[in-house]
Amino acid sequence: MSAASGGPRPAPSEFRRAVGMSAPIDDNHLHADTAIEGHHPHHDIPVTSAGATPMQREPAVTIFEKGAPGRRAFFCPEPGVPARDRHELLPATLRRSEPARLPEVSEPELVRHYVRLSRRNFDLDSGFYPLGSCTMKHNPRLHERVAALPGHARLHPLQDPRRAQGALELMWNLERALGEIAGLPHVVLQPSAGSHGELAGVLLTRAYHESRGEHRTKVLTPDTAHGTNPATVTMAGYEVVKVGTNPEGGVDLEDLRSKVDEQVACLMLTNPNTLGVFDANIEEIARLVHGVGATLYYDGANLNAVMGKSRPGDMGFDIVHYNLHKSFTQPHGGGGPGSGPIAVSGRIEPFVPRPVITRAETPDGPVFDLEYDRPLSIGRLRGFQGNYGVFVRAYAYICSLGAEGLRDASETAVLNANYLLARLRALVGDALPLAFGERCMHEFVLSGAPMKKELGIRTLDLAKRLLDHGFHPPTVYFPLLVDEALLIEPTETETRETLDAFAEAVAAIVAEARADPQIALNAPYTTPVRRLDEGAAAKHPVIRQAL
Amino acid sequence: MADASYPTDLLYHPEHDWARIDGDVATLGITWFAQDALGEVVFFDPPAVGATTTAGESYAEVESVKAVSDVIAPLSGEIVEVNAALGDGPEAINDDPYGGGWLVKVRLTDVSETDALLDAATYEASL
Amino acid sequence: MSRYTATTADDLKTMLDAIGASSVEELFDAIPEGVRLRRELDLPAGMPEQDVYAHLLDLARRNTSAEDEVTFLGAGMYDHYVPAAIDMLLGRSEFLTPYTPYQPEISQGGLQVMFEYQTAISELTALPVSNASVYEGPSAVGAAGYLAKLANGKRRFVVSRGLHPHSRETLRTLSHGYGTEVVEVPLKDGVTDPEAWAAAIDDETAAVFFQQPNFLGAVEDAAALAQAAKNSPAIVVGSYDPIPLAILAPPGACGVDVAVGEGQTLGNRLDFGGPSFGFFAATEAYLRRMPGRIAGETRDVDGRRGFVLTLQTREQHIRREKATSNICTSQALNALAGVVYLSWLGRTGVVELAELLLQRTAYAREALGAVDGVSALHDQPAVREFAVQLDVEDLEAVRRVIDRCQDAGINPGYALGRDYEEHPTGLLVAITEQRTKGQIDRLAAVLGAAVAAERSADREEVSA
Repeated sequence: MSAASGGPRPAPSEFRRAVGMSAPIDDNHLHADTAIEGHHPHHDIPVTSAGATPMQREPAVTIFEKGAPGRRAFFCPEPGVPARDRHELLPATLRRSEPARLPEVSEPELVRHYVRLSRRNFDLDSGFYPLGSCTMKHNPRLHERVAALPGHARLHPLQDPRRAQGALELMWNLERALGEIAGLPHVVLQPSAGSHGELAGVLLTRAYHESRGEHRTKVLTPDTAHGTNPATVTMAGYEVVKVGTNPEGGVDLEDLRSKVDEQVACLMLTNPNTLGVFDANIEEIARLVHGVGATLYYDGANLNAVMGKSRPGDMGFDIVHYNLHKSFTQPHGGGGPGSGPIAVSGRIEPFVPRPVITRAETPDGPVFDLEYDRPLSIGRLRGFQGNYGVFVRAYAYICSLGAEGLRDASETAVLNANYLLARLRALVGDALPLAFGERCMHEFVLSGAPMKKELGIRTLDLAKRLLDHGFHPPTVYFPLLVDEALLIEPTETETRETLDAFAEAVAAIVAEARADPQIALNAPYTTPVRRLDEGAAAKHPVIRQAL
Repeated sequence: MADASYPTDLLYHPEHDWARIDGDVATLGITWFAQDALGEVVFFDPPAVGATTTAGESYAEVESVKAVSDVIAPLSGEIVEVNAALGDGPEAINDDPYGGGWLVKVRLTDVSETDALLDAATYEASL
Repeated sequence: MSRYTATTADDLKTMLDAIGASSVEELFDAIPEGVRLRRELDLPAGMPEQDVYAHLLDLARRNTSAEDEVTFLGAGMYDHYVPAAIDMLLGRSEFLTPYTPYQPEISQGGLQVMFEYQTAISELTALPVSNASVYEGPSAVGAAGYLAKLANGKRRFVVSRGLHPHSRETLRTLSHGYGTEVVEVPLKDGVTDPEAWAAAIDDETAAVFFQQPNFLGAVEDAAALAQAAKNSPAIVVGSYDPIPLAILAPPGACGVDVAVGEGQTLGNRLDFGGPSFGFFAATEAYLRRMPGRIAGETRDVDGRRGFVLTLQTREQHIRREKATSNICTSQALNALAGVVYLSWLGRTGVVELAELLLQRTAYAREALGAVDGVSALHDQPAVREFAVQLDVEDLEAVRRVIDRCQDAGINPGYALGRDYEEHPTGLLVAITEQRTKGQIDRLAAVLGAAVAAERSADREEVSA
């Protein structure tokens, strides 16, 4: 594979660079200085049983270390059929000789173990979670109630479509709604998550070009892109070429012009981008990309900023993916499940994954079906139709909010972000300045570089100390473009009081660091465990309980 | 971890690699700057003995807790020895990047390539 | 203000003052006029909660679920009983609403669950390395293919026709992207044809794939299939059904390198196909090539035992274009259900459940084999699913038979002809612990009647 295209290799201390397949060491700005892990306490904070919290005194014990031989929760029913010889039905040569060493616990033991374990988690219902790029908005419990209805929850995916009309109608309605929100006519719900939807998008791009007899080799992504973009591109068999960012935080048009050619299959963008900046040049970008026959792909991670205000389809994007676990309230579940539907323009439609949902008018009303006969389709990306349980929740959300509610959600998301930015500027603007621009959309990036220089604590330490204040920290060290980045997205479901409290906590930590930086450097103090040795975990991985 | 140091008896490549020349055999590794940028190194997967290095191209990877990076060869040659001790003790790359943290030894195919490398002062000034 | 937001007139004034803006609209000035949406979205108005509920209930009622009929439909997802304790645990805020555990100090609950889940999967598969789950079964097969391609650089996949049709198709879709050929090996007598399998494997084979039990419900000789690849570079990938795995020879004991599978049956609902989870386990050699998330044990500064996400450098957000996959998430909540379910079944219970399925499946095979117009499609050992042939015209006829059965309240199974043109009148019948002897007897009766009705309708047509 060839090295980066573009001009002479830039100096190592520059942030912006065109990087091809190799990633020189200094490209990684995640932890650019020593002692980043802070494992060794710099300060003699006594850790005695008197000082530790009750949860800290409780050691971690796995379910495998509990119970006793013979205990059980499950009482197997009697087979109820005439018994046959087990070895006749399944010969010994095909059988395992040792049973799997699963736990032996009673049901009360099981329940107590997992309930107590749950309390060692911070969660969105319990507190503020301003993780940039994740859109941690409230998860309504109505959605759990409707998703649990047996007609939805106990429906087999291969049920005859004529006996699953409710499900197919729900999916059809959801497709129409998502298409309207994005401004593109054809929606497919199949992909399992955002990155899966991205993969679909790049594979669709490939199919589109191949259908026109072209074999392009490159996909452009901005250097502010979320990490899934380059990984996805490689999986789809393309070379990643990075495009620079201008001082306003948007795509560097000159750099883009120099890189856009007939070898480029696609430009992948999100707008607003991971810096919280809406790229004002989006129409010109679309012109440039379409001008060489490439497709324009929209990473929908930041859709929460623009619902009802602007639509990626109208901006010129050919393919859009949604994260139903971001803007559409599917609970994050501690890291999944999600869902990543895609919407495409007419020229991409023939290639979409199959099956697709069809609707026919009949004298008895509309009839829905699954269509598999799609000769140009790229095929399946997974089993069955996608994460239907997530569709139910997203659909319930859209029904609850309606057009006005969705617009209000985005307007409030942007209002809340700008307000929190204003409060933080007023309180700690010198230590944590805004990285780009003056205002923001639904999220914003601060740089902890001045704080590090003047006070000796880094973004990581600020984050750890925030845990002691009962807040989940914002996203840290992303995007890579900003030194000591802090990416903050409050979302629209937080009250002004919460935003004020968060800003005050940040201010308190900065003031405390002025007096004594050691406190933040050794935080957190009150969480179920304190700072963990990630180096040891990576060097000598212990990934299962010793039995 | 040691303080920043760039021994004067070594030659350096702008991609943060060093070479110790001994006749037509060179010992290669990554510089103090590189190990510092990576953070705590957790894994080094050595290339096979007999494989070749090409000046300016990657020949291995160094993995830390938070990042992984290509290691760029400053010189071309055939790998004659790899530092197997790093398998159990990758932290030597952090603690002793020019000594116990050496990565590979190569038999050079073109000793004149050393002319293109930087001395310690020039390299340090470029950082 | 709308559902879930809280901005009062007072709030609005305070906030705009602090920002220095005169209106919320002003905050959208960065968007060029050409792409501003100057109308309301063309969507229905928002509804109050009780109306949303009524609408979703109405949609639910128009589906025939496993609650409404006795179902023998399987083919990848199965109507097992989900214990109530799982509903309760998955509904807890602390498990339902957090994000991926990027701040481990406040995520020990979720991280320990991952660690326990990884342990359970390792035990079940007898493979030392498991990740914290991937999306579902077929995409796990695709991920295994990508692992092989990155590991050995070869360009050919050899795939048994016994692998689930969705897995085969997903593998094709993904491998088209990174340029790998997929070669299919036929079945013979219900299992992978051993000669054809051996003949297909060569020095250019990146990986071989089989399913256990296979799509027709037959138990394969996994050790022999793995052995056939021993003298090639190919990585051996087995796609396993987890509950039968309680009594089947595990992949780790059969020379399988990577074991994947669909986890829906482990404590997750049918949900019309998702969400569920896929498991992904491998030998030690592939530790640093695993896709997805992995939780690892460590200590904190005070020496306390704790858990963190580890080997993250393999993932997309660090290695970016060199990542082992683009998977950014696991299926944490579904995997939680999985490990709770396996712990609920327990060491003995999971074996008892599998043996129960074995017995009832045998009974069902016998019962259906005795029905006029129904015969076995193969005689291989089967644990929870089996295939029969109906003595009717074609796939359409099978559909009509199924329809008649469903009208009588029984879903007899999956029409194999939809995916296997060599078995146009095949029917795949699945057994779970919820299918009693009485229901199996009823299946035999109803299916017999439906086949008879189809054959006589056929005869009438012919003689007409």
